[in-house]
Amino acid sequence: MAWHFSTDRPVYVQLAERITRSVLTGEYQPGEQIPSVRQLAMEAAVNPNTVQHAFTELEGNGLIVPRGTLGRFVTEDRAVIEACREQAARQLVRDFIENITQLSVTGQQAIAMIEEESL
Amino acid sequence: MSILVCRDLCKSYRRGVPVLDHLNLEIPEGKIVGLLGPNGCGKSTLIKLVAGLLQPNSGEILVGGHPVGPESCAIVSYLPERTYFSSGMKVEGLIRFFADFYADFDATRARSLLWDLGIDPTADLKSLSKGTKEKVQLILVMSRRARLYLLDEPIAGVDPAAREYILGTIVGNYAEDASIIITTHLIADVEPVLDEFFFLGYGGHIIRSGSAEAARLESGRSLDELFREVFKC
Repeated sequence: MAWHFSTDRPVYVQLAERITRSVLTGEYQPGEQIPSVRQLAMEAAVNPNTVQHAFTELEGNGLIVPRGTLGRFVTEDRAVIEACREQAARQLVRDFIENITQLSVTGQQAIAMIEEESL
Repeated sequence: MSILVCRDLCKSYRRGVPVLDHLNLEIPEGKIVGLLGPNGCGKSTLIKLVAGLLQPNSGEILVGGHPVGPESCAIVSYLPERTYFSSGMKVEGLIRFFADFYADFDATRARSLLWDLGIDPTADLKSLSKGTKEKVQLILVMSRRARLYLLDEPIAGVDPAAREYILGTIVGNYAEDASIIITTHLIADVEPVLDEFFFLGYGGHIIRSGSAEAARLESGRSLDELFREVFKC
């Protein structure tokens, strides 16, 4: 159950990323209720205000939808989820490119390696 | 509104150097605040002054608008550094003791938290390990519906897995308008639960304070790293 946060970035950003990831991997299904602020704060041992902050971010991009007193739910809008998936995947690719170019590997070589490795 | 106000607070033990030297500090409602500083900087002294166990030499303390006294003690729940239970008691006896003593004590909540941890209420206190005793004490303290919790080194004596449980218990068991003051030198462990922090230097001087998240954003470093930098030996 241990949630580890890196020390160099705001905890709420890392929490929001983690929840996004849970949606993208299918751990939280579209339309499924997500834990309350209090539950998540207890589970992750973080400040409830930080959880609230992360939820506000995710509500901002539409990935989670508040339904008043019922709680918060993962959006059922597939387009929003796919947009998040694309954004997360592109970020991974950008990080990869940054790392691999530091090794003086060309784009062509990198693509060849990806094809070999994914066989 | 501030749940705690300290104005010009001075405290020295006997003729020694002042432990707290004109300390000014305010803690708003609904916040978890870290009181962070090296050993001997006056963290526990400040907590004991607010809890009413020590008298200041001069200065003023207001808890929810009340000076330290019966009205303030009724809304303050204090976890001391050391366990103070009489070892002849059973856990269930302690629950009844707290229920008698504190009008805001929620015995049902205490029993359910003990159950979660698998602590047998009929157990003799002397049969429990040090870490388990600390958990029992924290559960009792957090089972009061207080407005200000003073937790003096709540995680120092327990293993890392239990630390997480304890921090989870703390964030899961306070009312939204209540505030919690946590003193510790284990900053990395408590950092994710803090709204605000105070770095306390010797003499109780506030070296740095503010929102934990803002400090991380501004410095690009964790509070733990900032602390090491500020208090470099």
